[in-house]
Amino acid sequence: MNYINEFRNRDMVKGFAERIRRLTEDRSEPVTFMEVCGTHTMAICQFGIRSLLPPRVRLISGPGCPVCVTPNGYLDRAVACSRLPDVIIATFGDMMRVPGSSTSLMEERARGADIRIVYSPLDAVGLAAKNPGKRVIFLGVGFETTAPTIAGSILAAAAQGLDNYFVLAAHKTMPKPMEVLAADPELRIDGFICPAHVSAIIGAEAYRFLADEYRIPCVVTGFEPVDIMQGVEMLTRQVLEGKSLVEIQYSRVVKWEGNKKAREILSQVFTSCDADWRGIGTIPGSGLEIGAAYASFDAARAIPVEVEELREHAGCLCGEILKGKVAPGDCPLFGTTCTPEAPVGACMVSSEGTCAAAYKYGR
Amino acid sequence: MDKDLILLGHGSGGKLSHQLLDELIIPTLSGIPVSGQNDAAVVEHDGRRLAFTTDSYVVDPIFFPGGNIGDLAVNGTVNDLAMVGATPLFISVGLIVEEGFSKRELAAILASMRGAADLAGVRIVTGDTKVVPRGKVDRVYVNTSGIGIFEHTLRIDGCGARVGDKVIINGTIGDHGVAVLAAREGLELETGIKSDSAPLNGLVAEILKEGDAVHVLRDPTRGGVATTLKEIAVQSGVTVRLNEAMLPYKGAVKGVCALLGLDPLHVANEGKLLAIVSPAAADTMLARMRNHPLGADAAIIGEVTEASDGRVQIETEVGGLRGVDMLAGEQLPRIC
Repeated sequence: MNYINEFRNRDMVKGFAERIRRLTEDRSEPVTFMEVCGTHTMAICQFGIRSLLPPRVRLISGPGCPVCVTPNGYLDRAVACSRLPDVIIATFGDMMRVPGSSTSLMEERARGADIRIVYSPLDAVGLAAKNPGKRVIFLGVGFETTAPTIAGSILAAAAQGLDNYFVLAAHKTMPKPMEVLAADPELRIDGFICPAHVSAIIGAEAYRFLADEYRIPCVVTGFEPVDIMQGVEMLTRQVLEGKSLVEIQYSRVVKWEGNKKAREILSQVFTSCDADWRGIGTIPGSGLEIGAAYASFDAARAIPVEVEELREHAGCLCGEILKGKVAPGDCPLFGTTCTPEAPVGACMVSSEGTCAAAYKYGR
Repeated sequence: MDKDLILLGHGSGGKLSHQLLDELIIPTLSGIPVSGQNDAAVVEHDGRRLAFTTDSYVVDPIFFPGGNIGDLAVNGTVNDLAMVGATPLFISVGLIVEEGFSKRELAAILASMRGAADLAGVRIVTGDTKVVPRGKVDRVYVNTSGIGIFEHTLRIDGCGARVGDKVIINGTIGDHGVAVLAAREGLELETGIKSDSAPLNGLVAEILKEGDAVHVLRDPTRGGVATTLKEIAVQSGVTVRLNEAMLPYKGAVKGVCALLGLDPLHVANEGKLLAIVSPAAADTMLARMRNHPLGADAAIIGEVTEASDGRVQIETEVGGLRGVDMLAGEQLPRIC
């Protein structure tokens, strides 16, 4: 417990806040840092970090909430699968309320679909073993942090000889979307608060090109309040000194080279592919699909299904919000038509969504 | 979204539950919400005030660390009566049992109901039993209703919070929800956490010795402390500010919540109450509560800061400030 408390120390947080205030007090222009990862977004809101920073330091949220960047079409396919006979959909709870083109998994469950919330993909493998007459489809959504456990579940199912376990994969990878944002002329990002746990897998080296080619300071930062405040201070110093370096604040977990073992498991099961990002579009080489050797576990290939026509929600600004161009409060739907209990866009659903965080913790 | 569907979230005690009540149930059944948003209705007849309440229990699993569906059902109704300041007297019990359920388990549930009633000093005076075909209910559901009388003239109501008032809780937050959740099939976490299910009428009798310094009493069951405080804030038209560093939690509860991504302020309690009291009486009230076995860990956790449209804020442990909202959607179905 003490290990956590150290990183939630009120006086240390205050100290960082004071130093950041002094560093920026003579600055006329505001500085804008993007936290890329949804867990950062949530921590920043949960601990009230914005209220501790001077108004000249602005934090904007990026495309790092896996549920939020998953496009409608994926959800529509999941819904279509849930309507097939003898299918059990297994999913992390966050996906339940995400609205697809016309319905959500939660509504489908109320109509009778067999949809189970699991806490680990291995629980879904367990479901498949227990229900040999059913096809169990796990909704594999997430970044490099969740992908290895899902790869592990496929390996476990293969080892058990299960032929009724499938993954509907929509995995995304960093840091390609950060490059898209860095190159966007409409956006001015003075620094990236780089993901903590994703970086533990891919390594801090992965951000080098952002610092070198795009001249944007990058600091790999932990999720605790002291981490975040220190990360912001490190970014602020780089901006003031005109530097653009990759630094690791979260050195107790993240190494320059990342986690080789996890990447090996990933490449055993998955191959790189182009991926659709809600609001951003298709980014080459930014996704993971199940490789040929494990194709029989791939729900997209093994379970043909007719998917309804794609429909986007009129007026929803999730796409702009995911790029950090628009704040939740600027969306006309926010808090009126779009609320956590009746969400229009995915950003309002996920526990890591920018709008959900702003709604839950904002007022 | 299909507006016709009843979703699990409509039974969560959070926002969807409120919508269903306000838009459908109350307007259709009575038009006038006699109970307001309070835990029990206070009705007057021949100049005498009576408190009346009802509650159904569908908890899964029916046996959990610290209790079972039987004592939970009695304590819950006793507490709903106590939260409007009434002395609970009479309880009814309705049972809906699944064909094939075990008599031995039913006996255990009934025995703990009797034990809870004796402990609370109430009598179970009437009841009903139905058995339905296998699969039509999950083992056993229980309904309890209760009647209480008033032995004082105080008005304890959710709209009574005033600027300057202190918010006191009688002990640790989230124990019941985590105990039940950890006992669920498929999760089976070894936490050592027990449900806090307990009758609070004795503690309330102590609290009411402070007389009209007591403004609001409410038990934070489904939806947790956050939802309950938000209800009070809206009813009273005030902002409640919590101090995170003062919130009492058991370490394991915080741990399980962090693991599962739950906010412990949204997790159900079954033996806790929130008392909103005048600032002058707060310290003596705290001492009084701590002297009671169900208030040993009582703490002042916040205060009413200003008139508003009903907000709850929290000063975080690192000194930041953020809002707190009601539980949205479902969190843990069948927690009570």
